[in-house]
Amino acid sequence: MSVRTLPLLFLNLGGEMLYILDQRLRAQNIPGDKARKVLNDIISTMFNRKFMEELFKPQELYSKKALRTVYERLAHASIMKLNQASMDKLYDLMTMAFKYQVLLCPRPKDVLLVTFNHLDTIKGFIRDSPTILQQVDETLRQLTEIYGGLSAGEFQLIRQTLLIFFQDLHIRVSMFLKDKVQNNNGRFVLPVSGPVPWGTEVPGLIRMFNNKGEEVKRIEFKHGGNYVPAPKEGSFELYGDRVLKLGTNMYSVNQPVETHVSGSSKNLASWTQESIAPNPLAKEELNFLARLMGGMEIKKPSGPEPGFRLNLFTTDEEEEQAALTRPEELSYEVINIQATQDQQRSEELARIMGEFEITEQPRLSTSKGDDLLAMMDEL
Amino acid sequence: MFRWERSIPLRGSAAALCNNLSVLQLPARNLTYFGVVHGPSAQLLSAAPEGVPLAQRQLHAKEGAGVSPPLITQVHWCVLPFRVLLVLTSHRGIQMYESNGYTMVYWHALDSGDASPGTWSGRVLVFDIPAKGPNIVLSEELAGHQMPITDIATEPAQGQLWQGIIAAGYGNGQVHLYEATTGNLHVQINAHARAICALDLASEVGKLLSAGEDTFVHIWKLSRNPESGYIEVEHCHGECVADTQLCGARFCDSSGNSFAVTGYDLAEIRRFSSV
Repeated sequence: MSVRTLPLLFLNLGGEMLYILDQRLRAQNIPGDKARKVLNDIISTMFNRKFMEELFKPQELYSKKALRTVYERLAHASIMKLNQASMDKLYDLMTMAFKYQVLLCPRPKDVLLVTFNHLDTIKGFIRDSPTILQQVDETLRQLTEIYGGLSAGEFQLIRQTLLIFFQDLHIRVSMFLKDKVQNNNGRFVLPVSGPVPWGTEVPGLIRMFNNKGEEVKRIEFKHGGNYVPAPKEGSFELYGDRVLKLGTNMYSVNQPVETHVSGSSKNLASWTQESIAPNPLAKEELNFLARLMGGMEIKKPSGPEPGFRLNLFTTDEEEEQAALTRPEELSYEVINIQATQDQQRSEELARIMGEFEITEQPRLSTSKGDDLLAMMDEL
Repeated sequence: MFRWERSIPLRGSAAALCNNLSVLQLPARNLTYFGVVHGPSAQLLSAAPEGVPLAQRQLHAKEGAGVSPPLITQVHWCVLPFRVLLVLTSHRGIQMYESNGYTMVYWHALDSGDASPGTWSGRVLVFDIPAKGPNIVLSEELAGHQMPITDIATEPAQGQLWQGIIAAGYGNGQVHLYEATTGNLHVQINAHARAICALDLASEVGKLLSAGEDTFVHIWKLSRNPESGYIEVEHCHGECVADTQLCGARFCDSSGNSFAVTGYDLAEIRRFSSV
């Protein structure tokens, strides 16, 4: 599989997270300056140079669980808190949205345009902060440098790697159901009409050639779809018309976004196995997390800035209800990092990972006295 | 016209790979074998004529070097003149088994930078296979293709290529037909609106099956112009498998009267037969 997939996965999921948080902050009437601070803090942490360096190293993708831990950390990079149920819902929404975008990308290379759409919108959130803007532009430059020259085949491999990451995820999202882009069984609608990808011809033509390469016959056939030619190619430059709408912000201010988390489907069988069986990669994943989060520079809160809790549901009761009724096989085991010898470090880690109440989540066991814990000490 | 037959359930959904369905017909035993890649495992199952599933088992890719369990990229029954081998490829290497998947006879490790034979890097590996036993030897590597190819179908190697025609499916949805002797392109079909994931040939009748990520399956009839001898083709049938990004398709009999498809996230093999 492709070792260049993680930056695209991370940035797009991060973009969706910011769209959703922005919408919830407004829906919950959080004062403008607080909301801006939260988004600024998260974005500046996400695009921190050290963190981006780790992210862009060629590496394989890790599990959905491992990645969720990074986003949980990111979401708490500021004065905002999320309960488990809200963090679960946030991650569900993020992953389903990007899965949808990857599936519907006309060309595999268009996933880069989706990434640019996310980054373009993120730049809108931090319009007034030139330093953070610079960080994002730097990442855009890195993306064009690394991905600009990849072949169609390498993008197809990246696409396949992403689809394998999202395999068997069928959470129903009310906004997708309402817009009829998702069916009731959780599958996305794949339209058979509209523009073909840039570089593809409209199906329906057969051309036959002689030995000299001259066309000697052409016939048309009915292919069953209703396609039209592609209007124009999206821009892969730092600035430009991306043409593609996938990856732009689909959350409007007052639209509550529900997720239906359905359990008991036999399609979840394989995913269940992945999350319940002891994970031999646990140590590798923890190493990965340590590396990645080691690059995250979280600013300590200066002064008595009061924190607040964001709720992804409409009421607190709904949030509690969601926590109680989440199907077993869809629970994300929270990776809890044990306290280390260093008092200050352990306090900081405890603050990072466990400030809010984690109720009955089972701990991912790591053997004591591991090199890993020693590594965490060095963060 | 084709109608949708009884589907065969899979233990896990099919992965979004190219050519993710292999079919081996065993008419003497009234059985058909199907092979589908799920991710780190490949599912092999046998079915009776009406699609009634009989037995299922899973094969895993050998570990080799690296931190994560290797993902299988393709499973395929290679029908050679004197034996049938089941080939499993992953990014770590190539494994070959006897056709029922019970005995591994060969394992070739790939260097970490390599892709599967015949895919993204354009390299093709050629093996010498003896009539019996595990003495399989890598004989050469062809670095012919510069561009990525998604699938190539030739007739199963009992005999010759079908009337000397090579069919190739591309990432831009086109099917090309080449004259094997000259390498000339003779037919270009704008067949699909997305990448083609699988091609198959029904050798008895010269029918070609193409399946794309655009949810469509198309069946084509290959022929030669009686005067010029040039390759010609006509469209026979198109089938839409709604909302399913196809990843594998095969004829289930050599006369092209039935075919099966697999799709990303689909936990069954969909079968169609002509009416």
